[in-house]
Amino acid sequence: MPRLKAGELSRISFELNGRGVSGHAEPRMLLVDFLRHVVGATGTHVGCEHGVCGACTLRLDGAAIRSCLTFAVQANGRRVETVEGLAAQDGTLSRLQAAFRRHHALQCGFCTPGILMSLEDFLARHARPSEQEIREMLSGHLCRCTGYSGIVRAVLDVVAENAGQDV
Amino acid sequence: MERFEDAALLTGQGRFLDDLPTAPGTSHAAILRSPHAHAEIISIDVARAEALAGVYAVVTGAEAKSWSEPFLVGVKQPMEHWCVATDRVRYVGEPVAIVAAESRYIAEDALALIDVEYRVLPAVVDVMAAMAPNAPVLHPDVGANLINERKFKYGDPAAAFAEASHIVHASLRYPRNSCTPIECFALVAEYLAAEKTYDVLANFQGPYALHPVMARALKVTGSHLRLRTPADSGGSFGVKQAIFPYIVAMALVSRKAARPVKWVEDRLEHLLAASSATGRISNIAAAVAADGTIQALELEQIEDCGAYLRAPEPASLYRMHGVLTGAYDIPHLAVTNRIVLTNRTPSGLNRGFGGPQVYFALERLMQRIAAELDLDPLDVIQRNLVPAARFPYRAAAGAILDSGDYQACVNQALDEGGLAALRIRRDEARAKGRHYGIGFAAAIEPSISNMGYITTVMMPEERRKAGPKDGAVSTASIAIDPLGAVIVTADSIPQGQGHRTVLAQVAADALGLRPQQITVNLEHDTQKDGWSIAAGNYSSRFAGAVAGTVHLAATRLSERLAEIAARQLNVDAADIILSGGRLYARGNPDNSLSFGRVAGAGHWSPATLPEEMPPGMRETASWSPDQLTAPGEDDRINGSAAYGFIFDFCGVEIDETTGRVRIDKYVTMHDAGRRLNPALVDGQIRGAFAHAVGAALYEELAYGEDGSFLTGTFADYLVPTACEIPELLILHRDSKTDATPLGAKGVGEGNCMSTPVCLANAVADALSLEDVALPMTPARLAAHLHGAERPPADTRPDAATVPATGKGRGLAGSGASLVSAPPEQVWRMVLDPDTLAAIIPGCESMERLGENTYRATAVIRIGPIRGRFRAEIKLSELDAPRGLTLSGSAVGPLGSGAGSGRVRLTAEADGTRVSYDYSAEIGGKVAAVGGRMIDGAARILISEFFKRLANMAGGSAGEKNSLWQKIAQPLGLSR
Amino acid sequence: MKPAPFDFVLSDSLEEALAVLTEAGEDARILAGGQTLTPMLNMRLVEPAVLIDISGLHALDYIRCENGYIEVGAATTQVAVETWPDLPSQAPLLAQALPLVGHFQTRNRGTVCGSLAFADPSAELPLCLALLEGEVMLQSSARRRVVKAADFQLGMLSTARQGDEMITAARFPVAEAGAGYAFTEMALRHGDFALAAVAVMASAGRLRVAVGGVADRPLARNYPADLGGDALDDALNELAWDLAAADDHHATARYRRELVRRLGRQTVEEALTCRA
Repeated sequence: MPRLKAGELSRISFELNGRGVSGHAEPRMLLVDFLRHVVGATGTHVGCEHGVCGACTLRLDGAAIRSCLTFAVQANGRRVETVEGLAAQDGTLSRLQAAFRRHHALQCGFCTPGILMSLEDFLARHARPSEQEIREMLSGHLCRCTGYSGIVRAVLDVVAENAGQDV
Repeated sequence: MERFEDAALLTGQGRFLDDLPTAPGTSHAAILRSPHAHAEIISIDVARAEALAGVYAVVTGAEAKSWSEPFLVGVKQPMEHWCVATDRVRYVGEPVAIVAAESRYIAEDALALIDVEYRVLPAVVDVMAAMAPNAPVLHPDVGANLINERKFKYGDPAAAFAEASHIVHASLRYPRNSCTPIECFALVAEYLAAEKTYDVLANFQGPYALHPVMARALKVTGSHLRLRTPADSGGSFGVKQAIFPYIVAMALVSRKAARPVKWVEDRLEHLLAASSATGRISNIAAAVAADGTIQALELEQIEDCGAYLRAPEPASLYRMHGVLTGAYDIPHLAVTNRIVLTNRTPSGLNRGFGGPQVYFALERLMQRIAAELDLDPLDVIQRNLVPAARFPYRAAAGAILDSGDYQACVNQALDEGGLAALRIRRDEARAKGRHYGIGFAAAIEPSISNMGYITTVMMPEERRKAGPKDGAVSTASIAIDPLGAVIVTADSIPQGQGHRTVLAQVAADALGLRPQQITVNLEHDTQKDGWSIAAGNYSSRFAGAVAGTVHLAATRLSERLAEIAARQLNVDAADIILSGGRLYARGNPDNSLSFGRVAGAGHWSPATLPEEMPPGMRETASWSPDQLTAPGEDDRINGSAAYGFIFDFCGVEIDETTGRVRIDKYVTMHDAGRRLNPALVDGQIRGAFAHAVGAALYEELAYGEDGSFLTGTFADYLVPTACEIPELLILHRDSKTDATPLGAKGVGEGNCMSTPVCLANAVADALSLEDVALPMTPARLAAHLHGAERPPADTRPDAATVPATGKGRGLAGSGASLVSAPPEQVWRMVLDPDTLAAIIPGCESMERLGENTYRATAVIRIGPIRGRFRAEIKLSELDAPRGLTLSGSAVGPLGSGAGSGRVRLTAEADGTRVSYDYSAEIGGKVAAVGGRMIDGAARILISEFFKRLANMAGGSAGEKNSLWQKIAQPLGLSR
Repeated sequence: MKPAPFDFVLSDSLEEALAVLTEAGEDARILAGGQTLTPMLNMRLVEPAVLIDISGLHALDYIRCENGYIEVGAATTQVAVETWPDLPSQAPLLAQALPLVGHFQTRNRGTVCGSLAFADPSAELPLCLALLEGEVMLQSSARRRVVKAADFQLGMLSTARQGDEMITAARFPVAEAGAGYAFTEMALRHGDFALAAVAVMASAGRLRVAVGGVADRPLARNYPADLGGDALDDALNELAWDLAAADDHHATARYRRELVRRLGRQTVEEALTCRA
């Protein structure tokens, strides 16, 4: 594998929400900065750049991870999913997004994309989480607006919906 | 009704400032910040930074002095506060230089190339210490850190205290904290040279009274500072008021770089240097009758405003002034306010804004009164509440409480909230030996600030000279376009409160449309929109003032449309109904006109309009609450237009093992007048509650005594997560009020005022405490629970336990080694510069500056962290061959350190006992982000230094070389 | 906060990674999960000349149970171990500790070996290694060696790893038949670093207690299997004092010592109830 030199741009290509995207980045460019400013997908936000607030969370090969702690070069050839890929083509919100809206689970919306992507991964792995398990998963996200109550209710609502559907 | 804002926010289509397109060639800024709490700037050399490829410009205090003026200060003082430090820095994090470059990455590279030489000055972070006679003075021209003292007297407090059967005292401290929105400050500034205009897009929140402050600083008229705000802002809670000095600074950077500059504040900067709620010491006393009725209050407030009195301070101290008596009918009041500067980040707006500090004192006092008079705390509260029959009620210091029935609220809360059951629960827990407590708090939540309240700090004669300041002008505009579409603009700058949704509702109600048919644009532009100094989103002004003014505009517009329709339908305008997008006469709905047609007349056929009616179809309304008059000669001030009421009670349990607080139940009752959107109101209450739990249990912006900042990341500044915020029972009782056009009062800040003290009261009840300090961390509470500590079985040498002493972080210690060489030899070695070079960890070079004074560069390594430092070392107080003092200071990109140690040489049988005592301080970035590990790291370095000294002097008796290798190498302590 | 510039090597093979490490030495850093290293890079506390990314080295992404050890390769994420079906039976201590390591989102990428390499005094995984008397496998271009936990963990952020070595795997002894394991920590918020953490193994032959978050590295001690009552309290008291706790912004030394006494007792009792 070639050694990418500091300061030199190399081409990064990956699948973003099912479509190929491409751009150039130097090795130190954070994935979140690449997405926002090179690809133009600004739905993923920057809140702390040390992996605590969760605003930058997206799915890399399905796993919810911090894109402020990942370099763009590390996403080359991988599958990235961000908040822009959740709704249908015609704009219909996903069930999770719709539940967020119903339950007033967002106010300023800055932390919301990261939480949605975490939940996409978490709910794919855990079909019937308890409220405590949901809160523990959410502890990887900081929200200053909502007090988390609406978020928890939205998730419980979707979990119940899913359970009803599975029967 | 679901919010309009959500669809975009949920799908990643938010338009936060850093999401927006920027002009080609826009540069990116990074700020070099002071690592010292207090220092003189001797020199700044930016040449290497300027020469870096990709750097466009570097700005320092020189540009600030050429192109700007110091900021206006709320209290007349010869204090100079520039947007970039000029000759002196006064808090860790103060901007010292700004780089504009191709990217933020390169701009940060350039910061490392700026050389600043400081002369460090002693710092002071505690307000009491800052007022002491020998305290370091932050502003020599001012001459003292106590920059204002003001006394107030209402009624006859002295007589009341003299006659009182009981006097109850309490002394409280409210710590510094901040609401830390998840989106930090962000702006793009551009200097339009051809028009000598600064054009700025920023997530500023208001109040727009700061616009003139910015314009004056930039030496332009207000019209030449065009300030725009983006559609979305990621939370503010008051904090984004404090972006204004950065707006000025970046405007200057743009001017120098001759291109737009974007600056996105990062989290470290935000925690360090954005803003903070004021820390406050309150000494409060009540003159109380035997039944707990309070006749008089005496309140001394000592306010920590940080290193500069940054506008609009001392607003934090005066916002609540008129309502210092809280929810209680207390006729006599004496107040002493002291404003003190310290070497901490300047203070500013923060959710609750002065309220948390006031109620922490007042509501703790209420509980103390109950404790000392052996009364039920609930009875003490209820006995003192302003009775329903007394509304509108004029409080002692001037607040006009517009409406409310506090007793009814309390009774409803006790009933629906289940206090009786909670008391049983408490008793059962206590019977099992558990630490369970119940607390109460009652608070008045003011909203819509009087623009004149800040002048309360002035003496009446100064106010007379300066001219009155009063009112709070709110502006809104509603336009109906040629095809009948409605667009609303208003002077709120929302950060997630759902203002666009609510304003659409309000306008739709008046115009007979559905909210979905209303477009609301709150992207503010000072050159194009109607606005006044009260514009913005703060002091919970939205529901009362902004929505109220939109209602006025919409109502007037609906009256216009009714007049037009009346003509066409040949009825009286008073009989016209607007509903379902149509207009018709009452009782004749089938004969209706479409909204669009009626409104269209204004555009398409103005000749058909009634005579006095203006053409077009736009209504602009302005409203200022009449009740917001200037402070009187008697210093009474109605600081806010409307006042809501909050009554909280809660049950908490403290874990015996860990001291952790668990909130078992929390009930909050709100009277916020008319709730325009009940779901959004509850959202605000939950958000404020979460902020308040943070303030009560987790959050503090902490400083060492030397002014070093300690909580620089989210790993150390602890924002509560979903696991730490319990469910909340919210109750409502909506009183009617004429204070605002819609009868709505503000509701966004209340629990920040009531919840911390309610929880503190519950904890005090659980542990039978007189004094409670915030935040109520497990370690603090455990100290009350765990009694005397069990000592170890044997006595241990001093090195094992590091005493927390004197300065800052308790970086102090001592140790000793036995060296197999006589004292004279050890002495000679210590004074030999080659020895020093060998024992200073990571020393790369050393030069002699003078007699026993050296300068060295050293690379210090702890684990993966590596930093190059410039150090100065001095040997002094030489007492050959018995002892000397070794002192040093080091500075580098990672931070700074200083310390000194006394080394003593004592002759022993087989050599010399080398013993040392040291103390040290660590500052700068490592101190801010190092958190738990920084003290350990410092201790490692210092003890290694002395160990190496011992080893160099002849090797410790009995120690093997291999042991030395084992220790030294992984730490990078190789020669 | 943006990192300083660095070269980047996306390793294809362990040999390549080691070759770069040998050549660059102290100027290189291994990037596994990046959950601790990248924040330091972003804050410019660390400025390596080259980053060697081993997160894609499939050869190092494994969990193997052999010869009485659970061996975890250097590229294995914490979540992979957390969700390994045999974990509760083979390593009940790790099963209790892993959910407390950071958050769901950081465990998706953070590695077990990365945590051991960083040697944060408050971290859970180094504490587990110390209690279980595990081992770390180090490799350089020139040699391989296996270092026992006590020899590996030297101090705060300090291990026996040399500049040209990298951790290739960690080994945790499989649970002893009939032994009881318990892990408790006190953290201010869910997912935070522990103010104090206690790990206990109670077997027929001994009681082993390890404490993290108090001293500059995990400290483990063996006690008689039947230690209980006042003698247990005495032992925990001595342990508490021996740890040389210090004050910091979040807790006093006194508080930490008390946690050792109380959580220590609690955790020992829990382990004893699990003992067969």
